[in-house]
Amino acid sequence: MIRSEVLKTLVPMISNELVVCNIGIPSQELHALDDQPSNFYMLGTMGLASSIGLGLALAQPKKVIAIDGDGSVLTNFGTLPTIANNVADNFILLIIDNGSYGSTGDQPTYAGKKTSLAAVATACGCENVIECSAEDTAAEVRKALDGDQMTIIVSKCESGNAKNPVITMDPVVIRDRFMKAVSS
Amino acid sequence: MDVNDKIVADMVKNNIEFVTTVPCKQLAGVIDAVEESPDIFHIPSNKEDEGMGLCAGAFMGGKRPAIIMQNTAIGVTINTLATLIQYYRMPLPMLISYRGELREPVACQVEMAVHTKALLAQLNIPTYHFHQQSDVEEFDNILQYTFMCNKPVAILTDASFWGGYGDQ
Repeated sequence: MIRSEVLKTLVPMISNELVVCNIGIPSQELHALDDQPSNFYMLGTMGLASSIGLGLALAQPKKVIAIDGDGSVLTNFGTLPTIANNVADNFILLIIDNGSYGSTGDQPTYAGKKTSLAAVATACGCENVIECSAEDTAAEVRKALDGDQMTIIVSKCESGNAKNPVITMDPVVIRDRFMKAVSS
Repeated sequence: MDVNDKIVADMVKNNIEFVTTVPCKQLAGVIDAVEESPDIFHIPSNKEDEGMGLCAGAFMGGKRPAIIMQNTAIGVTINTLATLIQYYRMPLPMLISYRGELREPVACQVEMAVHTKALLAQLNIPTYHFHQQSDVEEFDNILQYTFMCNKPVAILTDASFWGGYGDQ
């Protein structure tokens, strides 16, 4: 399974949840599969989906799912100790780990080689870290949504991208409708 | 009231409830005051762009944020300022220690100091420079302005403002 196939299995359960989605093709794929006001698409700023998601989870009580990638977590490694030390039990960090920088031509990341993001998250102090296959991801996300514990899920999937158009929605519109979904 | 308490009091008056910090020697007192404030959730960041991501999330969650950092962070955060904070039009007060100014003992700090105002100007970020302790009287107005216009706003605070580094 590639990322877009994993996202497709998640749509039924995340459609009405607050989702902060990683820059580039992941946001394009989610936008094409199931555009919702409760989706915050990152159009720039690689690496900050988990930080935005944590800030959002700490600021209000609804569940927040940050959909991140292995390359993006590698570029913002400092996020993992911050997450570990500021526990928000309404926060789920889903790292779609396809071992590659998908939006830039599928160059390999170190997460696809010797580096285990689940082990790093655990070493940083995150307490509920799950590594799973692409096929098991939906069940793990369901479990995390039904639970009341901050969860880091590392979903190991294959490299590859679905072909979708870029998001042309104005960023202020994305932000405004997202904030209305947050406060509704 | 000393400047640290005044800064935190003005933050609270402006309903700032979420503050992230990356430390600087000059900022130690104000960071302590933020940590001690019962009205503010203090979340230290490992890097300033990470901190801006946290602030963006908190803002969308209904909490007014602020970041406290050193001016060297301007070099780290230009992309985040342009493509997150400005692009999505979010307010962000940035209380910045202005290292490399008069009374600076560390020569290397001057290397980013000479670029600081030029970079902020290039980004069209409203910028204020606190040099005298009495300049802190403007802080409340600057915070109101920031949340009125939904922009990142820089408040540069130099060594003279903080009372220098003692005997050198």
